[in-house]
Amino acid sequence: MSDVPISHILFVSTALFFIGMYGLFTRRNMITMLMAIELILNSVNINFVVFNKYLYPDKLDGIFFTIFIITIAAAEAAIAIAIIINLYRSHRSIDVEKASEMKW
Amino acid sequence: MSASAIIFYIISAFILGAGLLAMTTRKIFRSAIWLLFSLIGIAALYFWLEVEFIAAVQIIVYVGGIVVLIIFSIFLTQQSGNEMPKQPLKRTIASALAVLFGFGLTFLQIWKYNFQTTTKEFDWSVSKIGSQMLGTKAGGYALPFEVVSMLLLAAMIGCIVIAMKAPRSATNGKAKEEELETIKEASEVETTINEITGT
Repeated sequence: MSDVPISHILFVSTALFFIGMYGLFTRRNMITMLMAIELILNSVNINFVVFNKYLYPDKLDGIFFTIFIITIAAAEAAIAIAIIINLYRSHRSIDVEKASEMKW
Repeated sequence: MSASAIIFYIISAFILGAGLLAMTTRKIFRSAIWLLFSLIGIAALYFWLEVEFIAAVQIIVYVGGIVVLIIFSIFLTQQSGNEMPKQPLKRTIASALAVLFGFGLTFLQIWKYNFQTTTKEFDWSVSKIGSQMLGTKAGGYALPFEVVSMLLLAAMIGCIVIAMKAPRSATNGKAKEEELETIKEASEVETTINEITGT
């Protein structure tokens, strides 16, 4: 536990964040873009827990932020999937470049 | 290198490998399954950090909830056997470069920054989390807790409203048109029959 420096754990979370960014840049399918956002949120969660554990072990604020982020991520995924299903009904496709109108 | 460090490096390689495959494979269902493995790896990382509560929440909410929801929506909207269209090479190279430089810059900052870590024991327990979560004194999280519960309610109502089928009146016009067309066709058929029979 103590023989792994904090920067190695931060390496994992930073790399995960940028993998998610890569997916967000290259994918044009709404479901895969949602997956990329989930990866980004998870990397932030790792950061919060690690900073709380290694730098401020007598407080719990990082854990609370992680719990709230997980809650909001769940709500966001549910809303996003409702939007995706609605888009699929009207356009028969969930490619973001095919949905170019503001109003259907 | 102790066993604990070796376990950490195995877990992190698993997380990053599964995450990278989830973002680069071109079959959408495989992408969802790799995301599932990556999230399980993150839960394992929380177990390694000895915050079992967050690990349990991660498994319940992400693995049991969000990934299942994503897989459902894949089956509702996609032919999961098909490959997704290839992106132009220019876009792939540009985003890979942007991501690599961003990662280099960010990690350089982390590497240079001298974190003052303590070796104190991290003392969390579920009862401590619960009493601070609902505490109204300084450092209590009662207000955010209430706000998040309102947000969940709003998200639930929003989901139902967005995913609801269009009400009858909106589709009524179309249905009437179709009905009129069938009546017209029927009358045309009748007239041709009349012509043939010569009445």
